[in-house]
Amino acid sequence: MEKLYSYQDFELERLQPKESTIEFILGYSKALSVIKYKKLEFDTLLN
Amino acid sequence: MLSGNLNLFIKSNFMEQTLQDSALVAKYIKGDEKALEMLINRHSHRIYSFIFSKVYDKDITEDIFQDTFIKVIRTLKRGNYNEEGKFLPWVMRISHNLVIDHFRKNSRMPKFEGSEDFNIFSVLGDPALNAEKQIIKNQVETDVKKLIEELPEDQKEVLMMRLYRDMSFKEIAEQTDVSINTALGRMRYAIINLRKIIEKNNIVLTN
Repeated sequence: MEKLYSYQDFELERLQPKESTIEFILGYSKALSVIKYKKLEFDTLLN
Repeated sequence: MLSGNLNLFIKSNFMEQTLQDSALVAKYIKGDEKALEMLINRHSHRIYSFIFSKVYDKDITEDIFQDTFIKVIRTLKRGNYNEEGKFLPWVMRISHNLVIDHFRKNSRMPKFEGSEDFNIFSVLGDPALNAEKQIIKNQVETDVKKLIEELPEDQKEVLMMRLYRDMSFKEIAEQTDVSINTALGRMRYAIINLRKIIEKNNIVLTN
């Protein structure tokens, strides 16, 4: 059991999102702009 | 010169490390995209590990991680973030809610996955033809209908009743007011004539 827990801890230590996921998030952030008109909000995604 | 650059590098690196989350969030809201990258780099491991510890699937973890930050970005850009709480606990709460959503969705739609020794698709076949075979089948059926139109009327009538209306020869005989033998004979000639038309015109019917 002890070995199993150690293995899982080791696995969790190495866990990181993929680079492509981070790139997507950063790209999404750059592309997203929120336009406010009176009480309305519009999300626009630029290509 | 080199030591100056190094100092600058160390200084900016130090700034990066020491800038509070709240300051980075404020910079991001003002339009500094780099601040978001710093926030993600700083907390990605904790958030990703947290999600993985719940779902135990890397692909699902990637999806939930991505959806978490999409929510974060939208909230920040809309100006709906309030600084009462801390950034990381707030993001963790979003990811936690998305994990719950994931399990709720999955309990509504149970997913069957194959393992090494059992694959659900080995017992559940899809009897439907694929698109290409369906197109060929339709084409052949259309061609056969055109060929049937070339037959003499009495033969065509018997063949249509037998093949398309699934009538017995007794029923055909009664409806066309002929003997069963005559109906059988007309059917036989209909098939012979169809073969002749096909051979004469070099028509290829495949299915």
